[in-house]
Amino acid sequence: MSKAVTALMLAGLVLLPLYSHLSGNIFILTLFTRIVILALAAASLNLIMGFGGMMSFGHAAYLGIGGYAVGMLAQEGVGSGFIQFPVALAASATYALVIGALSLRTRGVYFIMITLAFAQMAYYVASGLARYGGDDGLTVYKRSDFSGLIDLSNRTQFYYLCLACLFGVIFLIWRIVNSRFGLVVQGLRSNEQRMQAIGFPAKRYQLACFVISGTMCGLAGALLANNTDFVSPAVMYWTRSGDLMVMVILGGMGTLFGPVIGAVVYLLLEEFLSQITEYWALIMGPLLLLIVLFGRGGIMGLLGRVGRG
Amino acid sequence: MAEPLLRVEKLVRRFGGIVATDHVSLDVAAGELHAIIGPNGAGKTTLISQLTGHLEPHSGSVTLAGRDITYLPAYRRCALGLARSFQITSLLLDFTAADNVALAAQAHAGTSFRFFANARKEKGLRDAAHAALDRVGLAHRADALVSKLSHGERRQIELAVALASKPKLLLLDEPMAGLGVTESQGMVKLLQELRKEVSIVLVEHDMAAVFALADRISVLVYGRVIASGDPAAIRANEDVKRAYLGDQHVVTRHG
Repeated sequence: MSKAVTALMLAGLVLLPLYSHLSGNIFILTLFTRIVILALAAASLNLIMGFGGMMSFGHAAYLGIGGYAVGMLAQEGVGSGFIQFPVALAASATYALVIGALSLRTRGVYFIMITLAFAQMAYYVASGLARYGGDDGLTVYKRSDFSGLIDLSNRTQFYYLCLACLFGVIFLIWRIVNSRFGLVVQGLRSNEQRMQAIGFPAKRYQLACFVISGTMCGLAGALLANNTDFVSPAVMYWTRSGDLMVMVILGGMGTLFGPVIGAVVYLLLEEFLSQITEYWALIMGPLLLLIVLFGRGGIMGLLGRVGRG
Repeated sequence: MAEPLLRVEKLVRRFGGIVATDHVSLDVAAGELHAIIGPNGAGKTTLISQLTGHLEPHSGSVTLAGRDITYLPAYRRCALGLARSFQITSLLLDFTAADNVALAAQAHAGTSFRFFANARKEKGLRDAAHAALDRVGLAHRADALVSKLSHGERRQIELAVALASKPKLLLLDEPMAGLGVTESQGMVKLLQELRKEVSIVLVEHDMAAVFALADRISVLVYGRVIASGDPAAIRANEDVKRAYLGDQHVVTRHG
């Protein structure tokens, strides 16, 4: 059952621009571009949270770092995506390396709090960047330029770029999860003491995983800045990190496509509920509670049980 | 006498005012099965934890094959040939039996910073896992999730995991804990086989098993080794008898 739904959803994502063209509904393509980008961010969070058991509550920081890398370079006259994107990834990786090295000294609630604290620090640093808009954020006047290879200002091309990035990242995660490295990381989630006893130094593997995940999310950040033509400290705010966590938990932690389903469902619900009432969070909250309480393993877990039972 | 495989010298570990390990010294020769026994609370697990690196001693030293490992972290000791089983079964419950054992083999077969190739398809690791599972008689359960296995089977997997790292010295912390009579007998049989291949330090409550298996026995009471020798000598030792027959004041004097 979960396989059928996943296949259906992926097919839908691939065919969406076609529907948008035929129906003339441009809005839906814009909405789904955002959904795909945030699904990519959620998938990257799932790598450390679902597979690695590291509850990072500061993942939105990478959205900001990737975004600011693009925005700041654009502001300084470096418009080439071939420079902007690698810088966005490198900056995210560096941040992840430093934050991870410090945060991974702690466990459990302390890890959650310290990753949150670092993300909030990034938020306030960005707010203080007067040259780059400070609190008000930074407008990206020109999208990343890939010298004619692909035009990011073309809605369809940009959507497919985002979708290709999402699929590419999920493919990578799939390979990583089944590799030697991935088994060690998952083993550490399951029983760290046992893994140490058979000879694995925990921190090295967890830190590497933390960096990979952060780099992937930095990519989402660079895409997001291009999508909104704007980047502001708000993308790093802790509620945004919370959104990403909810998407992962809603879709199914530790499953390959769970975060994608989670992102689609969460953002669509947000979109439609907020059209019905401005108190949409009143409906969204209990709905999420129900799924978390009764659908252990999120939507993926629910679908799996439907398929079996 | 040749240099012992494991030498523990004047090891001391305190918890507040309690001296849980009180100047413990013992040697384990290569090929030997050395049992450590003692009443509840004698400090057996504290001692084992210092040998495996899960706890740091306050003074004294632990030497493995001539190398000082007193303050090495657990994973480094493992690389030097020290493997352990846990008193309370400690496995990766959401992994299969084969995965649990293959990971132990993987830890000793090159780097694990490989991100792309499917580790479950590495023949070397899978073969090593199946060989170790076969050794403990669990080959038929290789693909079962550990969470679905019985307590006895999990105890056997603990052993298979320890074996898969091809250790020089095996530290077994109460391998019979919680086993039924038949299961215990099976375990004794298995250990009798294994001791031909690897040196073993055995911490165990089951006296029948200890006296059947051990070359030498050290008796730990209130953190101290009160006697050390072959099974016959231990059986005849008056201090040991007192400790086990409950003449407590003789012993509490120390504590």
